[in-house]
Amino acid sequence: MSAEPGFDPATPLTSSGNLRRRQIVSRAAEVAATAAAVLAIAVLAIVIWTVVSRGAKAIDLDFVFTGYPTGVGPMLLGTLVITLVATAMAMPLGVLIALFLTEYGGSRAAGPLRLTLDLLNGLPSIILGLFVFALLVDHKHQSGFAGSVALAIIELPLIARGSQEVLLLVPKSLREASDALGVARWRSVLTVVLPTALGGIVTATVLAVARAAGETAPLILASSVFDPKKFSVNPFEALPNVPTWIYKLSEEGNPEGFTEAWGMSLLPVSFILFASLGARALLARSKRKLSQ
Amino acid sequence: MTQAVPSRLRIRPGEPATTATAAHAATYPQHPELVFDARGVSIFYGAKQALAGVNLGIQRGQITALIGPSGCGKTTFLRSLNRMNDSVPGFRIEGSVRYHGHELYGGNVDQVEVRRRIGMVFQKPNPFPKSIYDNVAWAPRNLGLRRGLDERVERALRGAALWDEVKDRLKDSALGLSGGQQQRLCIARAIAIEPDILLLDEPASALDPIATGAIEELMHSLKGRFTIVIVTHNMQQAARVADRTAFFSLETGGEKPVGTLIEVGETERIFAEPRDPRTRDYVTGRFG
Repeated sequence: MSAEPGFDPATPLTSSGNLRRRQIVSRAAEVAATAAAVLAIAVLAIVIWTVVSRGAKAIDLDFVFTGYPTGVGPMLLGTLVITLVATAMAMPLGVLIALFLTEYGGSRAAGPLRLTLDLLNGLPSIILGLFVFALLVDHKHQSGFAGSVALAIIELPLIARGSQEVLLLVPKSLREASDALGVARWRSVLTVVLPTALGGIVTATVLAVARAAGETAPLILASSVFDPKKFSVNPFEALPNVPTWIYKLSEEGNPEGFTEAWGMSLLPVSFILFASLGARALLARSKRKLSQ
Repeated sequence: MTQAVPSRLRIRPGEPATTATAAHAATYPQHPELVFDARGVSIFYGAKQALAGVNLGIQRGQITALIGPSGCGKTTFLRSLNRMNDSVPGFRIEGSVRYHGHELYGGNVDQVEVRRRIGMVFQKPNPFPKSIYDNVAWAPRNLGLRRGLDERVERALRGAALWDEVKDRLKDSALGLSGGQQQRLCIARAIAIEPDILLLDEPASALDPIATGAIEELMHSLKGRFTIVIVTHNMQQAARVADRTAFFSLETGGEKPVGTLIEVGETERIFAEPRDPRTRDYVTGRFG
C-alpha cells in the first residue's frame, strides 16, 4: 500500500474542506456552553440584586424593633436559637458518621451509608417537616425544638459528607505514623486526624447551617404559631423565626408587609452568601495546608 | 514447645511445624539473642502472593539490612514485623513470626501493643502537622508517659541528632523543616517511646546525599540501643550500615513471580563472597 496522503502537503496551512464546517459546529457548542454558564451567574445576580434593592429600603432601626406589624428582632433571635439547637445535634452526629465512614467502617459499610446520606440529603424538606410534625407536634404543641429536629435532619447529611471529604484528605501516611507509634486508633483520630481536618469540618458545618437557616417548610409545620412580639429563647415553645415570617407577610397581600418581607429576605440571603464564601475560603486554606 | 497455632496462621501443607522448627534450629542453634524469628513466612494480598517461604532471624542489637530489587517483598516483610500490613485489604500471612518467642500473629496479640514495642519509620517523612516538640511528645503523651516529658523530648531529639538544629524553635511547625530534618524528626518521634526495635523502610530514599549521610551516621549511633531492621534498595547503604544483610529477590519459577529470601549472612560476606549466583549478580550490579 502506497503512503500517498489524501492532500497536498504543500498547500498553505489554512482550514479547507469540511474542516471549516466542523469548526463552526465546535464554535456553536462552545458558545452554548458559555451562555449556559453565564445564565447561571445571571440568575443568582438578578435574585440577589432584586432582594438587595427591594430589601434595603425596608432596613432601618424601626425594622428591627418596631416595623410593620412588628420588628424582626424576635424572629432573628428565634431563628438563631432554632439553628443553634439543630447544629448542636447535627454536628457531633455528622462528624461521628464521617469518622465511621473514613476510619472504622471499611469500604463495605461505607458505600450503603454514603447512599443513605445522599438520599437523606435529597428528601424534600416538607416531608421532614411532616415527619417531625407527626413525631413531636401532633397531639402536643408546636415548638422551636421540633423545628430544630427537622433542621438537624437537613444538616446531618451535609455535615457528614462534607466532613468525610476533608477526612479523606488527611494523608494516609499520618494515620500510618500514629499507628506505628503504638497509640490506639481513637487517640490518633482525636489528636491527629480530627485537628488536621478541623478547618474543613467547620466549613461543612457552616455551609449546612447556611442551608438550614433558610428552610421554611418544616418550620411552617413545627414553629409557625407564635407571638411575633415576644423575644424568646425557650426552644420548647413555638419560636418566632425568619422564614415563616417572610412567608406569612408575603401571603397577606399587604404592600407594607411585602416591603417588610423583602427586608427580611435580605437577612438570610446575605447570611448564606457571606457564610458560604467565608467557609469556602476557609476550606481552600485548610486544603492547602493539608497538601503541603 | 509447640505453641497453639492460631487458625489464621496455617503452616503450609507438607511442611509440618516440627520440621520447620528442626530445620530452623540447625540454622540458628538456640540463639538467645534472636528478637525476630520468621519461619516459612508467606504473604498474600488477596489472590496475589507477595512473599514465599521466608526463614529469617533478626539478632538483638544489630542492624539488619533487607536488600533486593523492586517488588521482591522486602518492604512487605518489614511491615509484617510490626503488623502494619494488617490494615491492607486482603492481607494474609502464613507461617510463623516470633518476637522474643511470642507468636506475633497469635490470637491474643494486640497490634497496638506490638507497635508500641516495634517502632517504624517510613520511606517518606510523615511528621504530624504540629510543632516539632508536639511531634516528639505526641506518642509519650498518648501512652501516659507524661513525667519528665521535656527531658524525654530532648533525649529523643539528641538521639536523632536533631537537637542542635531545632532546640531554639521547638514550637515551630514541623512542616517547616527540610526533608532530611523531617526524617530525623520521625526517627526522634519513634525513639521517644523507647521501643525495642526500629523498622526503617527506605528511610533515606527521598533524601539528598547529605541528608542520607546524616541518617546513616544516626543509625550507627543508634546501634546498640536499638535493634534495627532497614529496607534499602541502595546496596552501598546496606554495606555501610548493616551488620547482617538479607537479599530478597523475585522468583519466577511458578506462574507469577513471587518474592523470596535468597541469602542472608554477615554483610561483608554477602558482598564479598555471596554463595548464591543470584546474590552475586545483584551485588555486583549485573541486574536490579
